[in-house]
Amino acid sequence: MNPVIEVVIRSVCVLAVFLVLPLLVGQTEHKVMAHMQGRLGPMYAGGFHGWAQLVADAAKFIQKEDITPRAADRTVFKLAPAVALVPYLVALAVIPISPTLVGADVDAGVLFVLAASGVGILGLLMAGWSSANKYSLLGGMRAAAQLLSYELPLVLSVASVALAAGTLSLTGIVDAWHPLWLLWQLPGALVFLVAGVAELQRPPFDMPLADSEIVMGPFTEYTGLRFAFFLLSEYAGIVVMSLLFTVLFLGGWHGLFSDYLGPLWTILKGFVIAVLIIWMRVSWPRLREDQLQRLAWLILVPVALAQLALTAVWVVLSSR
Amino acid sequence: MTDHQHSRGEPPTESKSRGILPGLVKGLITTAKTLGTPTHTAEYPDTMPYLPPRSQGVIALLEENCTSCMLCARECPDWCIYIDSHKETLPATTEGGRERQRNVLDRFAIDFSLCMYCGICVEVCPFDALHWSPEFEYAEVDIKDLLHEKARLGQWMPTVPPPPALDTRSAEPQEVTAANKPPRTAPEPKA
Repeated sequence: MNPVIEVVIRSVCVLAVFLVLPLLVGQTEHKVMAHMQGRLGPMYAGGFHGWAQLVADAAKFIQKEDITPRAADRTVFKLAPAVALVPYLVALAVIPISPTLVGADVDAGVLFVLAASGVGILGLLMAGWSSANKYSLLGGMRAAAQLLSYELPLVLSVASVALAAGTLSLTGIVDAWHPLWLLWQLPGALVFLVAGVAELQRPPFDMPLADSEIVMGPFTEYTGLRFAFFLLSEYAGIVVMSLLFTVLFLGGWHGLFSDYLGPLWTILKGFVIAVLIIWMRVSWPRLREDQLQRLAWLILVPVALAQLALTAVWVVLSSR
Repeated sequence: MTDHQHSRGEPPTESKSRGILPGLVKGLITTAKTLGTPTHTAEYPDTMPYLPPRSQGVIALLEENCTSCMLCARECPDWCIYIDSHKETLPATTEGGRERQRNVLDRFAIDFSLCMYCGICVEVCPFDALHWSPEFEYAEVDIKDLLHEKARLGQWMPTVPPPPALDTRSAEPQEVTAANKPPRTAPEPKA
């Protein structure tokens, strides 16, 4: 096939997945959260149990006025949502759903995903700084502090898996995966899950947004489509994190009849993780800023380092 | 932070000594249980709400009882009741009797855009012409359409629920007591 056409087709597919999966996760959150709180959630949009609620929301967001505060740094302010959103699209492109079903098979996929999703933080910082609003600034600073401290345990736990598999390629990691890894990499997996949720600033780690104390953090001044982009980037982040967790720790497409059902297994496992992330949001209260930092530096980093050491020792011993 | 507390000699609270994990797991179990139980939400346009008989939904008018005494209109705190009436003379019923006069109600209207549903008019009516009905679906697009005339107010009369039963061993209602009273007899002529 003509390489240009192939690139276009792959990009369009990734974009479609990028636009559909976050909506699915968002709708799941609407319904699961509602029923966990004894409510019904959206029931009317689209006719059947409010399936089109998020489509309706999007239609609403598009119609809203796009306001830029007078004192805001206009270019940075307008660019911030894109900077927050696009990295997840880029990250999604290299996450394999099955050995063949991948947007772009990069050799150092792990590194690429971590680097790309790290850029998303910049969007929040830009939004917080350029809004000319004290709540935005506070939120932006909190986001920066939180994301910097949780990046470390995240990277360390991923390093452990990469070390165990002996490769930085995401497909390579899944190929090297063995069910026993579930036990062996369990501490690392837990660290990754916690740090991942913190990276997404989902409750209980939503200190930067904390709507009860700093309005909506860095998003305070945003309206309409730009605000919707921030929301979309949150759900896209859940999709990326869940799929990444599946690929790194749950063995991606491994499962019954993985020859035929491989991609389905990846999606299913990722969906379970996404529901878990939603479940945590509903069940747990928000961490205070100091508790947040304490958790990262005093618990997650040591555990991740211990996991890395354990993996290293095991790899060295088993290779002899 | 917790060190300060300990240095002041306060004993650590019980929840802290039990560790953080059980509480977190308990939270997860609670939400999962709620997820499993069916929701008891009844969504209004699909299922009509149950309204107790004392609900103050709309004020219904029983026109025959109204004597146009104007008490309701005068007591209304925001003057939302309009009453027009005229006097009519009834011919004598018996030969040589006296002609009677009575008020005839021409117009009785309640402006529900002004009404604050205090119910004073219902309380104050001496002839039980005004009643509370639980009916509440009479929203209008234009605020001017909320001024309802007596025909419309009368239509709500069938929706008025019967009054709740009296408590056991309570005194009989005034009307019953009055009806059961033996008729007065003429005093016996003194001898």
